[in-house]
Amino acid sequence: MLDLLPDLLRGLVVTLQLTAGGACLALVLAFAGGLGRMSGNRMVRAGAGLYIEMFRGTSALVQLFWVYFVLPFFGMEIEAITAGILVLGLNIGAYGSEVVRGAIQSVPAGQYEAATALNLSARRAFWRIAVPQALPIMVPSAGNLLIELLKSSALVSLITTSELTFTAQTLRASTLRTPEIFVLVLLIYFGVALVFTYGMRTLEQRLSFWRQPGSRA
Amino acid sequence: MRFDWDWAFAAAILPQLVAAMQVTIAATLLGFSVALVGGLLLAVLRRSRRRPLSWTSTAIVEFVRSTPLLIQIYFLFYVMPELGVKLTPFVTGVVALGIHYSSYLSEVYRAGIDAVPRGQWEAAAALDLDRRRTFIRIILPQAIPPVVPALGNYLVAMFKDTPMLSTITVLELLYTARDIGAETFRYLEPLTLVGALFLVVSLVAASGIRLVERRLGT
Repeated sequence: MLDLLPDLLRGLVVTLQLTAGGACLALVLAFAGGLGRMSGNRMVRAGAGLYIEMFRGTSALVQLFWVYFVLPFFGMEIEAITAGILVLGLNIGAYGSEVVRGAIQSVPAGQYEAATALNLSARRAFWRIAVPQALPIMVPSAGNLLIELLKSSALVSLITTSELTFTAQTLRASTLRTPEIFVLVLLIYFGVALVFTYGMRTLEQRLSFWRQPGSRA
Repeated sequence: MRFDWDWAFAAAILPQLVAAMQVTIAATLLGFSVALVGGLLLAVLRRSRRRPLSWTSTAIVEFVRSTPLLIQIYFLFYVMPELGVKLTPFVTGVVALGIHYSSYLSEVYRAGIDAVPRGQWEAAAALDLDRRRTFIRIILPQAIPPVVPALGNYLVAMFKDTPMLSTITVLELLYTARDIGAETFRYLEPLTLVGALFLVVSLVAASGIRLVERRLGT
């Protein structure tokens, strides 16, 4: 069973690249989408709403195929791995937008009033008062989304990106050792998910240090 | 830039896609039925006083939730026949969706069950009801209605995951669209229509859930 590992671990590297790339893009889009949806500008609000509903309302796999098979018709040839990162980022970013919006809206109105009373500008109140309180609220949901992202990256195998799932399928075809391969692959994904869960828990503690009694913020 | 959307072609393939949508919806509804029962079973086992039962249930939920549905579909499709269990692709797909979403739904049920006030258990004990009756007659009827909207969200999520069944040759929406694309060399219309169909059904379902939410809220 262990002789299968080197190949699978090579695939895992690509899976992690997809996940990391997708996560970076999703993080940016989640803030852009979430803040856009709360914007005072109507056009920005509508744009953000359209993005969020489009990507939450359709299937990730359909989005992936659309980008990979349809964009070339518009003269945009993109590499499979780039298409994968793009779709993963756009998809998870749309879900993340709602997380960002929910967290920021859960900051009590009194905090903004207090900031006004202290004569902080709206921008400063937002970045210095609201965001630091909203971040720890976002982290558990962000952790769930990160695991969703990791799992969705398996779909990118279907546009011939040789990540973990694709490697498993190739190995299966050449060795016919189906049960061993899939058990190993499931365990690898589970292991990575556990690491992510642990990492996010640590991050949450770091970000909410000021909530603990006795801490000096 | 070759933006050449062909309305005649789009209109010609639409009936075929709508027919395939029925397979997608059937797989979703059947898979969700499996998940509704499986999830409840896992949630109840998780609360069991017998450690091995609750521990096994927790392990299943965590493992299934943390691994990709696509691999689980492959696993059932390729490994089950080696164990002597031969299922059709459609049944395999429904079982895979059902198992995967059972793990999510069990968490929803668990939240609902935990939200029932402790006093209800105590009152049932005072009335000399046994644990099983308390659960079925007192706790579940209070636990489930509040979580119906959350269950509904997972129904929509499962609907959006059924295209994965195309990988094991279930002739659902995405499979049909790719088939049309391979035959005609036109992917723009079929894949765009698939996206649009998903968006329409998801939005309708989401507003349906909101309606149920409002009903249950009053």
